[in-house]
Amino acid sequence: MADSMFVSILSAAVSSGTPVLYAALGELVCERSGVLNLGVEGMMLVGAVSGFLTAVRTGSLAAGVLAALVAGGLMGLIHAFMTITLRVNQVVSGLALTLFGTGLSGYLGKSMIGVPLAVTFNQTPIPGLSGIPVIGTVLFKHDLLVYLTYIVVPFLWFYLYRTRPGLHLRSVGESPETADALGVNVFSIRYASVTAGGMLAGLGGAYLSLAYAPSWLENMTAGRGWIAVALVIFAVWDPFRAMLGAYLFGGIDALGFRIQVLGAKIPSFFLKMMPYVFTIAVLIIVTATASRRSSRAPEALGLPYERE
Amino acid sequence: MGTVDYAVEMRDITKRFPGVIASNHVNLAVRSGSIHALLGENGAGKSTLMNILTGLLRPDSGEICVRGERVALRSPASAIGLGIGMVHQHFRLVQTFTVAENITLGMSRPRFALDMAPIEREVAKFSSEYGLAVNPRAKIWQLSVGEQQRVEIIKMLYRGVDVLIMDEPTAVLTPQEVRELFETLRRMTADGKTIIFITHKLDEVMEISDRVTVLRAGQDVFSCDTGETTSRELASKMVGREIGQAPERPPAAIGGPVLEVRGLTAIGDRRTTVLDGIDLDVRAGEIHGIAGVAGNGQRELAEVITGLRRASSGFVRICGADMTNHTPRSIIEAGVSHIPEDRLGVGLAPNLNITDNAIMKRYRCGEMGRGPIVDAARARTWTDGLVERFNVKTPNLRTAVRLLSGGNSQRLLLARETSMEHRLVVAVHPTRGLDIGATEAVHSILLRERESGVGTLLISEDLEELIALCDRISVICEGRIMGTVDRDQLNLEEIGMMMAGVAAEAKGDGHLEAGA
Repeated sequence: MADSMFVSILSAAVSSGTPVLYAALGELVCERSGVLNLGVEGMMLVGAVSGFLTAVRTGSLAAGVLAALVAGGLMGLIHAFMTITLRVNQVVSGLALTLFGTGLSGYLGKSMIGVPLAVTFNQTPIPGLSGIPVIGTVLFKHDLLVYLTYIVVPFLWFYLYRTRPGLHLRSVGESPETADALGVNVFSIRYASVTAGGMLAGLGGAYLSLAYAPSWLENMTAGRGWIAVALVIFAVWDPFRAMLGAYLFGGIDALGFRIQVLGAKIPSFFLKMMPYVFTIAVLIIVTATASRRSSRAPEALGLPYERE
Repeated sequence: MGTVDYAVEMRDITKRFPGVIASNHVNLAVRSGSIHALLGENGAGKSTLMNILTGLLRPDSGEICVRGERVALRSPASAIGLGIGMVHQHFRLVQTFTVAENITLGMSRPRFALDMAPIEREVAKFSSEYGLAVNPRAKIWQLSVGEQQRVEIIKMLYRGVDVLIMDEPTAVLTPQEVRELFETLRRMTADGKTIIFITHKLDEVMEISDRVTVLRAGQDVFSCDTGETTSRELASKMVGREIGQAPERPPAAIGGPVLEVRGLTAIGDRRTTVLDGIDLDVRAGEIHGIAGVAGNGQRELAEVITGLRRASSGFVRICGADMTNHTPRSIIEAGVSHIPEDRLGVGLAPNLNITDNAIMKRYRCGEMGRGPIVDAARARTWTDGLVERFNVKTPNLRTAVRLLSGGNSQRLLLARETSMEHRLVVAVHPTRGLDIGATEAVHSILLRERESGVGTLLISEDLEELIALCDRISVICEGRIMGTVDRDQLNLEEIGMMMAGVAAEAKGDGHLEAGA
């Protein structure tokens, strides 16, 4: 009995961690190219609302996901234009986009509050794999968007560390002067990375509104975008560690929920606070103990690039 | 054959920038397989000319021929395509990448998946061919400056460059590394490659080059085979006048210690130990030089002495009084003047005008006004005198300091620092980036200080400068003093060894061993 409870919490950790994971991967790509994106929260919200709206109107999940990708990508493009072309301070632009995304999604979603979604992402156990004891239930009894991360994470790792475009992406975040001098196009790589980052954040939002809790609620991301920003630091800008961090956050989130259901006499606000407190604690511990070299941010992170 | 085989010919090149002609009908012809030195002061137009040759800038007029064929150079990539590449003075390397990753960066093949093994093999091949020892798997930040320079050279060779431009390549190297570099350059020319060697050091021109072209004020004023000229002739061509003898240096009247440092340790910006038990004295009336390759604790040493960085152990005594970890203000009041390495970042406030900068350390003492009110007229009169006396060239006193040339801002800084009541000057790279005229001015100010009985701690990378000025030279390496040599026992070889980290024979005075 305790066993199955444990398994179900782990399984919930994966699905609860997935939206944060998408957003964190997006932030990771963006930061690796040297651009800090504090607009993740706003991008997730815009992705969530446009995905939901589209899915309700068209009745198609694919169209919903596509809409979320496009909306997130557009938000990313705005951030790219502001920070790369206009060289606006990246923190300011990101914060502005979060405020903008929060307001815009609230406005767009006004008529959607309480509207049920006809189609949702259902659990689609992978035949064979889902039969494995424990692991099968934890990892392979989810929806398609969860399985997609199992491909995206290793691919992103391979892309960053084992391919030429990945090498160029990292070089742009470490030393744009060097990259530029060697003929690497700093501007197009940064534009592409920030836009891709926005798309992944939008997808994270859509996961919330189409799969995790199929509905629209104002501010439904509840700070997950900020957690994603923090996770990237915890993950030392590495996709696999980002996955681990996201599941850790998801696990605490799920645990709090279970404790509440079991009727423990802990205030629910306290339980809801737990994942955030925990994430901050982990961040502090990791940053304090890791050696300076290994927990290093991309050298040019936050710095606009201008040719001499 | 008959005609000479030129790798590069630049004919009648002119490049104007708003207000200046950076290149004024310049001609440069470089023979294949030779080392051609390009000699000139800062601002003589060396960089402009080479930026044109590497495709960064386009000339307003003139033509460029590579191996006899007229070419248009539109970008660094097109220059590299024609086999012309440059190793910049400030390396363009990604610190967190490996050597092999840096070398393949920006290439187009392989297009997607990267297999580093063949790249590493090729790097190793170039390494052994030209004596450029470097581990292809090492991260750049783990390498010495000399090794990083080798990576830059391999990077160019890997791209098929056979005309290699080296911009002031020896500025950051130890004498031993310079010798290794020269050996590599000779091997490369023996292999048919052509080197253009930018420098302002005459002895290097004489040692390494086959031919030399002197640039002055945007024009090529002189060209000849190195064997047919002397460094004296080159110097006068470069400066445009007979240069003065080395500044007069009367025997020092050395007094008691004004600075005593014992067992000093400190932690650097990267939380590593950057000063590791420094023992040091500066006596009144002497210039004590600190030689060493950049980044071995020189900046931090000056910062600890002037109160800008905490010492973690050991002590600093100024004129006998313990000043360890006192505030910068009380250290200034104890009589310490500071010429910091970053003159516009630390020494002066670039957006403020000359008067404000000049009185910055005086407004407190009462002679520039009453209480919090500055007497503007008095401040101006005083600054006027200072500017006059130190020959700072400026349109007027309201000019922002950032608009001054390097030499003039350094003169202003020295004027302020040496006009206050002081017993010790801490000068860090005081002539870095200055032309000969400004350098001479700084040197004569420092010698004047010495005569007036002030002690000077002179931190510099320029060995010639240290030898010309100092009464004693200590060598710093990895935060330790490797040894101290008196002026009359100078041995360049020994100093070079110490700069590379080989300690001098143990000295008599007590060693203070400090735990890291």
